Amino acid sequence: MQNKNLKRVDLIFGEYAAEKYKTLQNALKRSPEEIINELLDSGLKGRGGAGFPTGLKWKFTKQENSAVKYVICNADEGEPGTFKDREILCRVPRKIFAGMAICGYTIGAKQGFLYLRGEYRYLLPDLYKELDIYHEHAKKFGLDFTIEIRMGSGAYICGEESALFESMEGKRGEPRNKPPYPTKAGYLGKPTCINNVETFVTSLMIIRHGAEYYKKLGTQDSRGSKVFSVSGDTPVADIHELELGMTVQEFVDDFGDGDTKAVQIGGASGMCVPRKKFADTIIGYEGVPTGGSMMLFNSTRSMYNILHDYLEFFAEESCGQCTPCRVGCQQLLKGIEAVKRGEKKPEYLETLKKLAATMKTASKCGLGQSVANPFTSIVNNFREEIIY
Amino acid sequence: MAKYEVNLKINDIPVTVEEGTTILDAARKVNIHIPTLCAHPDLCVAGNCRVCVVEQKGARLLQASCATPVSEGMEIYTNSKQVRTARRHIIELLLSEHNADCTKCYKNGNCELQDLAHDYRVSDNELLDLLQFKNYTIDDFSPSIIKDDSKCIRCQRCVRTCAQLQHVSALAVAYKGEHQKISTFFEKPMHAVVCTNCGQCINRCPTGALVEKNYIDQVWDAIYDEGKHVVVQTAPAVRIGLGEDLGLAPGNRVTGKMVAALRRLGFDSVLDTDFSADLTIMEEGTELLTRLKKVLVEKDDSVALPMMTSCSPGWIKFQEHKYPNLLKNLSTCKSPQQMFGPLAKTFFAEKKNIKAENIVSVSIMPCTAKKYEAERPEMRDSGFQDVDYVLTTRELAMMIKQAGIDFEHLEEEKYDSIMGESTGAAVIFGATGGVMEAALRTAYEIVTGREVPFKNLDIKPVRGFEGVKEAKVTIQDVKPEWGFLEGAELKLAIAHGLANANKVMKAVSEGTADYHFIEIMACPGGCLGGGGQPIPTSPEIRQKRMEAIYEEDANMPIRKSHENPEIVAIYEEFLGEPNSHKAHELLHTHYTKRKAY
Repeated sequence: MQNKNLKRVDLIFGEYAAEKYKTLQNALKRSPEEIINELLDSGLKGRGGAGFPTGLKWKFTKQENSAVKYVICNADEGEPGTFKDREILCRVPRKIFAGMAICGYTIGAKQGFLYLRGEYRYLLPDLYKELDIYHEHAKKFGLDFTIEIRMGSGAYICGEESALFESMEGKRGEPRNKPPYPTKAGYLGKPTCINNVETFVTSLMIIRHGAEYYKKLGTQDSRGSKVFSVSGDTPVADIHELELGMTVQEFVDDFGDGDTKAVQIGGASGMCVPRKKFADTIIGYEGVPTGGSMMLFNSTRSMYNILHDYLEFFAEESCGQCTPCRVGCQQLLKGIEAVKRGEKKPEYLETLKKLAATMKTASKCGLGQSVANPFTSIVNNFREEIIY
Repeated sequence: MAKYEVNLKINDIPVTVEEGTTILDAARKVNIHIPTLCAHPDLCVAGNCRVCVVEQKGARLLQASCATPVSEGMEIYTNSKQVRTARRHIIELLLSEHNADCTKCYKNGNCELQDLAHDYRVSDNELLDLLQFKNYTIDDFSPSIIKDDSKCIRCQRCVRTCAQLQHVSALAVAYKGEHQKISTFFEKPMHAVVCTNCGQCINRCPTGALVEKNYIDQVWDAIYDEGKHVVVQTAPAVRIGLGEDLGLAPGNRVTGKMVAALRRLGFDSVLDTDFSADLTIMEEGTELLTRLKKVLVEKDDSVALPMMTSCSPGWIKFQEHKYPNLLKNLSTCKSPQQMFGPLAKTFFAEKKNIKAENIVSVSIMPCTAKKYEAERPEMRDSGFQDVDYVLTTRELAMMIKQAGIDFEHLEEEKYDSIMGESTGAAVIFGATGGVMEAALRTAYEIVTGREVPFKNLDIKPVRGFEGVKEAKVTIQDVKPEWGFLEGAELKLAIAHGLANANKVMKAVSEGTADYHFIEIMACPGGCLGGGGQPIPTSPEIRQKRMEAIYEEDANMPIRKSHENPEIVAIYEEFLGEPNSHKAHELLHTHYTKRKAY
């Protein structure tokens, strides 16, 4: 039976009918500096998973001296187990466009793009309908900021911001070398403020209610609330907006099926937390951060199969340009297969963990850098399931 | 904008460099070597092999030193425990995906991955051999290039070469993740795509994934065949490159030693492509003057200007693919190799009283496209395939090593005659601008009766490595028969590397360029940087080769093609006059329109 101990929040999906671009209209009366300070004060960190302070990103892009700047909404939601952006795109697209427009106004951009995951193509008709409404309002407000929708083609890597730019430029989706960062040279080499779908909506709601209101939620390091995509062995697989700062135990008490043995936090690229660590692990930047994905596994699941699936996914979705990621993913995958079959000794897992540690520091982008998260946490906590 | 100075420490050694400098270059400045694979001095930064990672104090991630600019106060460690572990891992990973059967590899001994494996002694590599899970293809359809995917380390040097230096993009990255590979349009074989066979990818491939198709064994067989008379011709740029593969520093002129080595290898007649380069000048110069006359005097619309040179078979194929509508602008002259070919099996055969079918014609070229050119169906004007085998400079070096010849201590020897005599004008064919300079030395003199008005015949404005060079020559006080050229200003352009050629051709096709004569070479620097030249290549190495070429020219007793006594003789005895009927039959060709993909 489901407990309801955790505080539910309704910031993202709530108050939609009344929105009517009022928040945008009011924001345009404030100075960009005020808006940036409000966001900085709120402590909002990017909701895509990497957790870069949003106010800082907007500030850096605003500081760039360039006649052309871009705002990009990253709606290439590809992380396995994450489906919260889809809900936001479906249910409250107005809030996304309004958030992007405030960003455009703040940083001095005239053009925004929504980069939509290829698999979400079916959302286009509704998004275009809302986009027309947005453009009418923008015209009415005298705001020179237009938004276009660009489609992804199904590559996980194109959710990585610089690969996303390459994709938008019509090139192969491969991450770029950094620096320069997008705030300096992003899409078409121009300063670009790229945020996750949820980040734009959260920013809008912070502008609407004020940083003080938002800061009442969450903890020192993890301010506010967050939309979670809850899936796996749970009776309530769905989207849930929760206040940050809970432990995994509290989360499992609310969402588990009574037999939860592990929670994969942050999708395939996140960390696996075993039952014995539920009570000491906080979901948030002081513990295990997440872009929203929470996958619960009960005792009927083979953690070998789960890790194997993840590694197959990464071996397939690595762009392939850098050595640690391209070859490393294959080695980890084939490596656990060899251990399982007894072709390699169990100690080979230690070799693979060292390799994963190199992938974490030497890969070019976040994809290769994060494969060690699931690998090491699953191998460490479920070693016997991998071997036998 | 003035560049700021940035202070940093590398392995605790203070370094000051300009802003924008990479960590890799800053380290080189204080003599700290960081290994690299995907980085190449001719190419844009990739940062994808990760072999060059270094540790930055306070940073969570290792930095790719080839791709990361320095910043103030940075503290870099290039040999920390973390760096060493990561670097070893990366080398092990590359080897686990690589067909490391080195003793069977054509690049054995000249492989950057092999060197790294050697330095880091990764013999205890316990990672799985991933080759067992993959189906790699070896594409040997091209007459010039063999592409072996099992040896590819995905550094993308070839992709960047093909796109950035050559504007061809025959090679590109396909698929992703574990399936990622370097491939062609719809994965067609290399002979069926826009590949120009220039071989620049081979020059930059760090492993044996891209190599020339070699014909060493066939040439040995011909040499051992008592019934065959094997003639060999050597291209201008070979004599200034060959030494590099035989232990000498770049820029050594080894013409005499090369001739001696060829004789010791057993070639029956050691002849010179420089002879037919001089012949090319006679034919091409005459063709240009004829075209000018037809356009300027006879107002003949069917004749096209500007006229483009046709010595570089990579360039020819590039134009056939990309600018098929401008093929009429291409000089109909065959390249020096292909002028030599039919003459060896006709003129030379007659003179030496050898049956043409018993002649095996071998050419030593700095070029891989020449292998393709020799196999073109048009190139059979002697009644046989005019040139039987084309070897690169590298292949010749291999033969010399195989034969146990102590190249460095060989006594210099001279070419055989006939078809062995040449001039300084011919040798400079090996450098960008050389054909232009040689043509001017002759054409100007034919038209005016005087030498070109440049000190020591050195036409400096057409020399050097600038991508596109332009020059103007005003013709005055002409001989009476060339009256129509009096006061004419000839506009000339020179491009090397197909990216630069593409720029010029774009201007010509859009009608925004009013040149009369354009020299184009497919390879950066001209033939001296050809796809068949010793590996490695870099701007510095090509600079040394260029200096050697002009030294060679300066040291030749005759420096104008029309003064070559063998050239004078061949017109008197065999060809009649330049662009004669016989010359057209043997020395001129036609071109084929090809698809743009």
